[in-house]
Amino acid sequence: MRCRYACGSPEHMIARRTFLGVLGAGVGMAAGGSGPFLRPAMARQLEQSGRRMLTIYMAGGLSQLESWDPKPGTDTGGPFRSIATSVPGVRISELLPYTARQLHRLALVRSINTKENDHGKGRYIMETGRRQEPSIDYPQLGAVAAKFLAPEDDPLPGYIHITPGGNGFSKQDAAFLGPKYGAVTLGNGKPPSNSVRPEKLSETEEVNRQHLREQISQRFNLRRRTAQTEAYTYSYEQARQLMLQRSVFDVSNEPPKDLERYGTHDFGRHCLLARRLLEKGIACVKVTHSNYDTHHENFNFHIEQLSEFDRTFATLIEDLAERGLLDTTLVTVISEFGRTPRINHQFGRDHWGKAWSSVIGGCGIHGGAVIGKTNDNGTEVVDREVSGGHLFHTYLKAVGLNSKDEYTVNGRPVPMADPEAEPIEELLS
Amino acid sequence: MSDPQPAESAKAETAATPPSPPPKAEPTKTHLVADFDAGSPLISCRCDPSGRFVFAGGQNSAIVRFSLADGLRTDLLGHQSWVRGLAFDPSGETLYSGDYAGRLLLWPAADESPKPRQTIEAHDGWVRGVAVSPDGTLLATCGNDRLVKLWSTAEMKPVRELSGHESHVYNVAFHPDGKSLVSADLKGVLRHWDVASGNEVRQLDAGKLHKYDGGFRADIGGIRGMNFRADGHRLAASGITNVSNAFAGVGNPAVVLFDWKTGKEIRILLSKAGHRGTAWSVDFHPDGFLVGLSSGGGAFLLFWKEDQPKEFHQFKLSQNARDADLHPDALRIAVAHYDGHLRLYEMREKPPDAKPEAKKETAG
Repeated sequence: MRCRYACGSPEHMIARRTFLGVLGAGVGMAAGGSGPFLRPAMARQLEQSGRRMLTIYMAGGLSQLESWDPKPGTDTGGPFRSIATSVPGVRISELLPYTARQLHRLALVRSINTKENDHGKGRYIMETGRRQEPSIDYPQLGAVAAKFLAPEDDPLPGYIHITPGGNGFSKQDAAFLGPKYGAVTLGNGKPPSNSVRPEKLSETEEVNRQHLREQISQRFNLRRRTAQTEAYTYSYEQARQLMLQRSVFDVSNEPPKDLERYGTHDFGRHCLLARRLLEKGIACVKVTHSNYDTHHENFNFHIEQLSEFDRTFATLIEDLAERGLLDTTLVTVISEFGRTPRINHQFGRDHWGKAWSSVIGGCGIHGGAVIGKTNDNGTEVVDREVSGGHLFHTYLKAVGLNSKDEYTVNGRPVPMADPEAEPIEELLS
Repeated sequence: MSDPQPAESAKAETAATPPSPPPKAEPTKTHLVADFDAGSPLISCRCDPSGRFVFAGGQNSAIVRFSLADGLRTDLLGHQSWVRGLAFDPSGETLYSGDYAGRLLLWPAADESPKPRQTIEAHDGWVRGVAVSPDGTLLATCGNDRLVKLWSTAEMKPVRELSGHESHVYNVAFHPDGKSLVSADLKGVLRHWDVASGNEVRQLDAGKLHKYDGGFRADIGGIRGMNFRADGHRLAASGITNVSNAFAGVGNPAVVLFDWKTGKEIRILLSKAGHRGTAWSVDFHPDGFLVGLSSGGGAFLLFWKEDQPKEFHQFKLSQNARDADLHPDALRIAVAHYDGHLRLYEMREKPPDAKPEAKKETAG
């Protein structure tokens, strides 16, 4: 049965940016409209700008009170004190002493209200800038980066997710942008699965197999080319290129002293790998640090988790700055939500999307800026309330995209970011 | 104090309690006898050796002192973080309190309005446990810097630093003979130290009270309560076991009972109903049983016999709690509740004319 593109239009079929360069570069996925896909010059310019993204995902919901917006001495403050940072007058939790010294390179957003306390929905908001809708799925920020920031002819994936767990490929992350912009997951920082040529297969045999497959695919494409066959072909080529460049994913190639500086734990290794991948030009690297869903023993667990995060993250920021990468790398530290100001009977904090914080930096973001404010005990936003949509607009604008541009999906315009929100202009150069 | 009526009850009973011979405790008759409002969720409590006061640490970083004779509340202000470690010299004159900012404060415990007599930067990170030697000459502290420290109480000078723990040190206790010290950490490792030399003698294994949760990638557990039996032949360590979900606190309160001579576990003490939560404290009662505080999915005082793995009696508390301490009269138990109340429960027949305190407590 013939598979169809989402819109079925011939324009769509020829507009898709292809990995193999079979088709023309820099044209859009849909005809008509004012989509960014119709601006190949801009796309090329963005690709050449070297801009990229790094997201640290604090899975489970980092407590804003134990990190970016401490309230010591209040009924909700918990046991930790605040400490001075490299930005005069700005204090963060004592659990982040190394990060405190890097704060002049980062901005705090202390006034997020996503109105969402569900893990899945909160994560969706923070990664797509939208609430989930039954009629359409939106692409994650990383997929957008892969689409617009990755060089056209780059054989490496544009969106890489380093996380505890297994390897995989998350085509759904890209939604209507197309599966090839989905995240390639490096489970526990390991290179993609099956990326070594089997010992029993000689190099010559491998090349011959590849040629045969390409010939058959080309003949098939002459009459029955579809989105699925294209993705299928693309996946083969990507796999082949991944095999050729497997060493890119091997963090053991980094100097031993750097392994020590980043920490010998998994998160340290993962962040060093992130640095390596960003240096290789990967458009978006997401590192998940797990886990912060601390309904029980919030304070003990934040000591444990943030002691891993702090030194490693600060080292990564310092390295990116010293290597000149921070100017072109947008750094975000996000969760699906924050945690309740109220401390429960198990010394835990629960889900709280009403008033929480995140971090953004690099790529033209004003270092040391503090956006918004919560009340004295952190239960309400009292100044400059923002949503996931505002943050998403800001991310796009920071890397040079017009966040008010539109995609065209199934013939209808779809704003790149939530039209009800705006970029946080105070953060942007 | 918000509720003077139970305090009056406490006053009357304290005044009437004859010093000798002490009445025998009857755990199955346990009931509420006093209810004091501390004004902030509580995390710790200790009765002073004289039995006149109960001190409790709160989430507002204050220590509150309640006089059991008249219910008078006195706030001890000086800490900048939560206080979990509380201990007294044998006379009860000095209170030693350790906080989560790493500080140790000394207080004239019985003064009308105690002010800190001395402040010591004791540990890098949380002070979790504080204990005084039986003769009162040494103080032991432990904390998140993985260290155990011994201090001379005469000069409050550091005497010895005991290192070796590989995780946060949660608790410390002197053996009744004063020659040995035990420290216990997050991973359930108990280290037996020779006090005179500072040498590690051996390790005891309470690993059942720890788990590394691979799903959440974090350690859970730790020795939350620890006490020796008065004769020194038994040691009990309490915490959480059988954890299936670290971040929701799904596990069972448990006490690991050790034979001190061999250092081996005698048995683990659990609840019949498989309560959910943590055993925040454990005490040996002079009548030969143990009493522990379990809180998590409901709160209970659990009463165990040493030779039985499940409790012979449980007393349900109306509010969750984080610490408990056996009063020197061995009849009452002070409990630090999450709702900000310090409550006193008595293991005796409720007098027929007693007011319905339990009902009042629920309403509170």
